[in-house]
Amino acid sequence: MEFSEHIKTANVEDVVLQQPLHPPSKGTLCITGHHLLFSDREEKSCRQVLLLLRNIDAVEKRTTESSGTIIIKCKDLRVLQLDIPGMEQCLNIAQSIETLSSLNCVAEMYPFFYRPSNASLQDHWGLSTPERHYTEMEELHERWRLSTVNQDYSVCPSYPPAVIVPKAINDDALKKVAKFRQGGRFPVLCYYHRKNGMVILRSGQPLTGANRKRCMEDELLLQTVIGDSGKGYIIDTRSAQQAQQARMMGGGFESKSFYSNWKRLHRHMERGKTLQESLIKLVDAYGDKSPNMDRWLSKLENSKWMSHVQTALSTAGLLAECVERDGHSVLVHGSEGTDATLLISTLAQLIMDPSCRSLEGFLRLLEREFVQAGHPFQQRCSHSAFSHARLQQECPMFLLLLDCVWQLWCQFPLALGFSEALLLRLATEAYASNYGTFLCNSEMERCALQVKDKTHCLFRALLNPRESEQYTNPLYEPNELAIWPSVHPQSLQLWRGYFLRWTQQTRHLELVQEEIRNMVIEWEKLPLS
Amino acid sequence: MEHIRTPKVENVRLLDRSKGQRKASVGTLYLSATHSMFIENHPETRKETWVLHSMVSSVERLPTTPTGSQLILRCKDFRIFQLLLQQEKDCLDLHTSLLRLSRPEKYSELYCLSFNPNINKEERQESWSFIDLMADYKRMGVPNNLWVASAANSEYRICETYPSELFIPKSASPTVILGSSKFRSRGRFPALSYFHQDTLAAVCRCSQPLSGFSGRCQEDEAMLQAVMKSNPGSVYIYVVDTRPKLNAMANRAAGKGYENEDHYTNIKLHFIGIENIHVMRNSQQKMIDVGEMRSPSMTDFLWGLENSGWLKHIKAIIDAGVFIARAVADEGVSVLVHCSDGWDRTAQACSVASVLLDPFYRTIKGMMVLIERDWVSFGHKFSHRYAHLDGDPKEVSPVIDQFLECVWQLSEQFPCAFEFNECFLIAIHTHVYSCHYGTFLGNCQKERKDMRMWKGLYNHTERSTPPCQSPADFLSAMREESLQLEEELTNHQEVAPGGNVHHHPGSRQEDICANREANNLGESSG
Repeated sequence: MEFSEHIKTANVEDVVLQQPLHPPSKGTLCITGHHLLFSDREEKSCRQVLLLLRNIDAVEKRTTESSGTIIIKCKDLRVLQLDIPGMEQCLNIAQSIETLSSLNCVAEMYPFFYRPSNASLQDHWGLSTPERHYTEMEELHERWRLSTVNQDYSVCPSYPPAVIVPKAINDDALKKVAKFRQGGRFPVLCYYHRKNGMVILRSGQPLTGANRKRCMEDELLLQTVIGDSGKGYIIDTRSAQQAQQARMMGGGFESKSFYSNWKRLHRHMERGKTLQESLIKLVDAYGDKSPNMDRWLSKLENSKWMSHVQTALSTAGLLAECVERDGHSVLVHGSEGTDATLLISTLAQLIMDPSCRSLEGFLRLLEREFVQAGHPFQQRCSHSAFSHARLQQECPMFLLLLDCVWQLWCQFPLALGFSEALLLRLATEAYASNYGTFLCNSEMERCALQVKDKTHCLFRALLNPRESEQYTNPLYEPNELAIWPSVHPQSLQLWRGYFLRWTQQTRHLELVQEEIRNMVIEWEKLPLS
Repeated sequence: MEHIRTPKVENVRLLDRSKGQRKASVGTLYLSATHSMFIENHPETRKETWVLHSMVSSVERLPTTPTGSQLILRCKDFRIFQLLLQQEKDCLDLHTSLLRLSRPEKYSELYCLSFNPNINKEERQESWSFIDLMADYKRMGVPNNLWVASAANSEYRICETYPSELFIPKSASPTVILGSSKFRSRGRFPALSYFHQDTLAAVCRCSQPLSGFSGRCQEDEAMLQAVMKSNPGSVYIYVVDTRPKLNAMANRAAGKGYENEDHYTNIKLHFIGIENIHVMRNSQQKMIDVGEMRSPSMTDFLWGLENSGWLKHIKAIIDAGVFIARAVADEGVSVLVHCSDGWDRTAQACSVASVLLDPFYRTIKGMMVLIERDWVSFGHKFSHRYAHLDGDPKEVSPVIDQFLECVWQLSEQFPCAFEFNECFLIAIHTHVYSCHYGTFLGNCQKERKDMRMWKGLYNHTERSTPPCQSPADFLSAMREESLQLEEELTNHQEVAPGGNVHHHPGSRQEDICANREANNLGESSG
């Protein structure tokens, strides 16, 4: 393999590894094409640390004449230190890590080489497909149809091959609408509220531009959704001012005069660079080890991370309120419709729809609303908070989603069927994984690289009975009602389990979860009489 | 009853702001000698809200508007009620009555002295002996050949604010104790708070020395030496001054201060920097203001929290506890803790250290014993700090609130280490302020004893048995409440990180209290 040309020194003996929560240990370090492997040589223990090189966000090195130190900062926020005898070896290792961890060729990534003994590539990939989803939702069939207009990804490169659209709109019309929406993302159904038949649609922004272009098919499509007498809401994840400015760049918003039955609500949500910088500041804030209370809260505030959590939850709450309480259908979009749009439509479904709250239901939701809906994972998760590389398309939108879900989980400890461990696992896997699930930016790219044939599926693996036990919530009691999160600042907390993951304190919290699990198991063993 | 001008007002609108209630409920307000009761008109629910007068911290009357007159009731457990009355006169009467009723002038007006549940004498006697401090000292292994019980303070001869039974180093002679006590603020000489059997190191407490710039006292120096000698094998002790060093130095100008390391051999002085009660009172007020903000942004909230300094203060107290616990458990070195008078910060630091050192204090009963020892018996001024009686507002400060929050913070960090839950801590908090039971009455043991004197007299008047309720009821009451509250809190949002914005439905709780078959008791035992 070509990887070998990047590896000048494959093995080093007598390396001292320091990692959080463990005492330093001495052993052998080994670099392979995808991994960094450390095996401990201490008596009576044979601990191994296997780290995906993809997980490494930044490498820092210090050398003296006879030895060197490499500090490895991971995308899962772990910081490791390697003390390596011999300056040259140290430099070689550091360089290999740097190069190999930043290779960007998807087809050469580890998921394509990962072959666990208990799974076969012939196994079913994914949990569901748009086709199956449509078939299962019989209530939909009267007014909605499954369109395969995007079968060859020519209408919208970021959509899956099949999408759910109003029955009355034919594929030709859809093609015209696609031209009028950014990225070809014409409005598609993403949620049907069984209680009142209202729906959530999502799309890209309309390309009205400076001279207020219209698209009759687009107007018709939306009109069809609400019928003649109905009224609908459009939630635009940008501020009104940003939406205005977008017109100068060819984008825009649905004007009142042409979409008279739709009421636009603007909610400003941060995205892209701002969000990435927020994460960097947050990680920086707790990385400051001085035991001083003074500045911690202002640093936390200054990172604005908690504000983003609050905005996301309250916008999702607004969306759910429109559908569940006011009984109106809603169209959600921002500009591309691949980030904040997906975030709030996912959260709103979690709030309203009990079937999304089981372990499998939640994974299906993520598969449908993030993976298939075209959230560009590859671009967004290529670096995390430690990287020194210049920011490009990175953005912790998925992490923000998981944080918001965790807030829900804290506020409704019985309502969600999955555990915090699942959220942590997903947060790690999105950045570096053995599985192909979060590879690429869209279904089109996945199809081109044959991801579904050549890699294993994370969601499937998580539902494997041997794995899934730790990811279920022992206290889960399915609840038919909507779970309305409180978005008061007092109600929101820092996600300690993730951001303080490598500290002793978090270990104590893990113990609690274990204890709860054992108690529930014991309790279930008791005779009911 | 003479303070009640209007016992009943109809068509009152009540808004429970702390519960985020948006629509006011209409009902009738009744005023009794002990409670304000609001009963909703709604025929189906007829929800009752009871507010104990002693829980009211302020009553504010807003300017009259065409819709009526408004009162805002702020409670010591952070509940806020908004009342709208149609008649201005009713509002004026109610305001005057509540102002008077919420600020009793005499102990005899307090609720615990009129709370008269129905149980027999044996039960109540038994319940007062439920918390037995001597048994706890025995549990720690004292008296032994290092620490002995001292009769020096019997009849509170040396120190009025100390308990009558104390443990002191075996080698400390009466002369040394007397001398040391004269050299310490308010006579609070070094005495044992906690003995750590594993290392034989001890946590002792006292008040600041009256050293000024150059004063010294041989007996006091001998006393500290005796503390060290009671820890075989150790060659020094830590003296932890829990105040900021600057404050301690400033005290020297007033003839007080801290131990001069040149005079005391074998001590290591360590300052922690817990602020005084006035700073803490202001900090809490800022926290409450943050809690009262209408729809604050995340930024407002975090800034408010930061600016209040509350968490910084909590951390300082935990830091003190950690320092003491480390010294005792890891280094095996005894620690002498003091602040100025040795009844606020010292109580906080010593009791946090005990919680860290000894798992017993993490049980329900252990926590009660700990509060009884480090706070009640060692003369923490409950009546002043928690405004049981109308008095100097500058004496009021959330000292035990902070201790309870420290315990809460620890229970958040070590969720499996505590037998009790948050509701238990909240219940203690409520009872510290409510004076529902006699446990937290008065400012020190002596005062409580004296009170019994006139309570005896009080007994001879027409009321047969004025009850001071006992810790055992307190326990059972608390268990019951904990259960109830737990249910309610299940769907209740988690307390803010500050841990200070709690409120729980008063009606339910007061109901339980009112209906409970609890002890009926005249005097404390002994």
